[in-house]
Amino acid sequence: MSDTTTLTLGKALNTALHRAMTDDPSVVLMGEDIGTLGGVFRITDGLQAEFGTQRVIDTPLTEAGIVGTAIGLALRGYRPVCEIQFDGFIYPAFDQIVSQLAKMRARAEGRVKLPVVIRVPVGGGIGAVEHHSESNEAYFAHTAGLRVVSCSNPADAYRMLRAAIASDDPVIFYEPKRRYWEKGEVRLDEPPSALGGAQVLREGTDCVLVAHGPTVSTALAASDAAAEDGVSVGVIDLRSVSPLDTATLERCAERAGRMVVVHEASTFLGIGAEIAAAVSEACFYSLEAPVLRVGAYNLPYPPAKVEDEFLPDVDRVLEAVERSLHF
Amino acid sequence: MNPTTALTSTTLETGTAEPIQFVTADGDITALGRRFGIDIELSRQLFRDMFLARRFDSEAYSLQRQGELGLWLQCAGQEAAQVGSIRALRDSDHVFPSYREHAVVLARGVTPGQLLAQWRGVTHSGWDPAEHHLHFYSLVLGTQTLHATGYAMGVKLDGTDEVTTVYFGDGAASQGDVNEALNWAAAGHVPVLFFCQNNQWAISTPTTLQQGAPLHQRASGFGLESYHVDGNDALAVHAVTSQAAAAVRSGRGPALIEARTFRMAGHSTSDDPSRYRTEHEVKEWADRDPLTRLERLLRREGTPEDFFDDLEAEAAILAQNTREACHALASPDLADLFDHVYAEPHPLMHLERTRYLAHNERMQEA
Repeated sequence: MSDTTTLTLGKALNTALHRAMTDDPSVVLMGEDIGTLGGVFRITDGLQAEFGTQRVIDTPLTEAGIVGTAIGLALRGYRPVCEIQFDGFIYPAFDQIVSQLAKMRARAEGRVKLPVVIRVPVGGGIGAVEHHSESNEAYFAHTAGLRVVSCSNPADAYRMLRAAIASDDPVIFYEPKRRYWEKGEVRLDEPPSALGGAQVLREGTDCVLVAHGPTVSTALAASDAAAEDGVSVGVIDLRSVSPLDTATLERCAERAGRMVVVHEASTFLGIGAEIAAAVSEACFYSLEAPVLRVGAYNLPYPPAKVEDEFLPDVDRVLEAVERSLHF
Repeated sequence: MNPTTALTSTTLETGTAEPIQFVTADGDITALGRRFGIDIELSRQLFRDMFLARRFDSEAYSLQRQGELGLWLQCAGQEAAQVGSIRALRDSDHVFPSYREHAVVLARGVTPGQLLAQWRGVTHSGWDPAEHHLHFYSLVLGTQTLHATGYAMGVKLDGTDEVTTVYFGDGAASQGDVNEALNWAAAGHVPVLFFCQNNQWAISTPTTLQQGAPLHQRASGFGLESYHVDGNDALAVHAVTSQAAAAVRSGRGPALIEARTFRMAGHSTSDDPSRYRTEHEVKEWADRDPLTRLERLLRREGTPEDFFDDLEAEAAILAQNTREACHALASPDLADLFDHVYAEPHPLMHLERTRYLAHNERMQEA
């Protein structure tokens, strides 16, 4: 059956939530303004009207409260899906995520499970005020017990959110907020799969770009531009930041001999650093150049008028590819 | 006096400035206690629980001093608050303790060995939360108040009538999590019972530096039905908890009980309370000891000497079992810990476990 339709990334997420709630009565949504308003990005639009205020919960304004009570609901047998309104507002919940949600299963020697999803609109590019444009995946990827994923397109948004909700592990689910309105084909009839690894979007023989979330489009555009100059640049959509799909990364690095990691987070101790270390160790004799990183500068997120210069763009990616080729 | 077994329909007041008390430090029944009714059989049960908990606590302290436990946090002095409350709940009411509720944990059927395992350093928990309807200890102060609130939301969604109960202390009450939980529970009409043991000291910081208004007043401001009880009076705690739990169970929303008590020992075996509090203060509270007052009442009401002799014998056996169980606790295998972090397969866990085992093998060959 070809139950395929064209949806924006935001609508794909909304459809995934609707499907999960229909299929499993233990799925509950909680967050600030997600009910009657449908969330500030409208990702939960219409869900409270359909599933009621008990399953689509407009919470008090407390991120620690959202995650802390989600832990309790999960211990009771529910599968809470939390919305953190903006990336920069997750820090009040940091203790609940890192000390409780991540560690509780290990603490209990596997006697409890914490199927909690924390949805986070992430990254910049929408001209927002401070605290509304951050990329904080490295904090959570550093913590054992969490899975951290990042979707880049409508098909993955739908598939990965359903997989995250079906997972018995806590998942930090990043949504690229500046791509919410981008459209793509979505297959609605797929059963929820396991949270998968990386996806090779384009094979490359000269260099390979590794991106996730909002920078996947940037990487594809850079690859297009390089192709015009006769340079074959591959693109890997990481999709899972933790765990890393090192097998796919290593295979592509060995083939191309050059790798550039692109993310919106600053490069210092970011995911790119871990990928560079892992790939260098595994593929040392296949590499023609060190794995390079393109990310934001190590500044607090700047005022919106200069964010285009702050974030990695096609030119900065191409410059890194050039450096790699001539290393 | 003729022991009254049938409890009256006396309704206990919320928000009293003076804590509700049924039995004075001297073991005399107060006017309120008389009006409410004193159940001698219940008194004996509570006394037994408290007596055994104190003996266990004292034995665990010795084990720490002998180097068998890494750390111990004594519950001595707080037995009435703990026993009086837990015995007023149903066994199916899920409970979230903090980390000093040893009398609560024993009352829920956890064995001494399971309780000591965490403090010996062989596990971070020790018992199955589902088996005892008792979550394991939380060491981050106040965090469990939110977990309990969420759990109670699940109870409400399920349409059952359990009263999720959470213990925390006066120090934890300064944490954001606790205040967020109180507010959340009140706003959402969540069936959760908050039980604060105000033991006067958060390590070295007295309650006077911790809060500008008593917690029970603050909770009332949040919109909770809020009680203030003498936490060294097991019968008063039992009565107040019974009433509060019944209200929560009937759908009247969350409630809070502040039990005024005292931590007789240091915060932990690493603490030296003589640096921050006076002998005079400790002596004053020793005179209000929860076990002494109930023993006085029981003897005055004609409890036979056999009861106390039997209890002493039972406590001696418990102490011996506790020592033996402690010595028998084995260290975990680090390799197993890689299997407990995630529910589903995880490549990094698999890789690191393999590396760990390979390293061990190489070391053994060398």
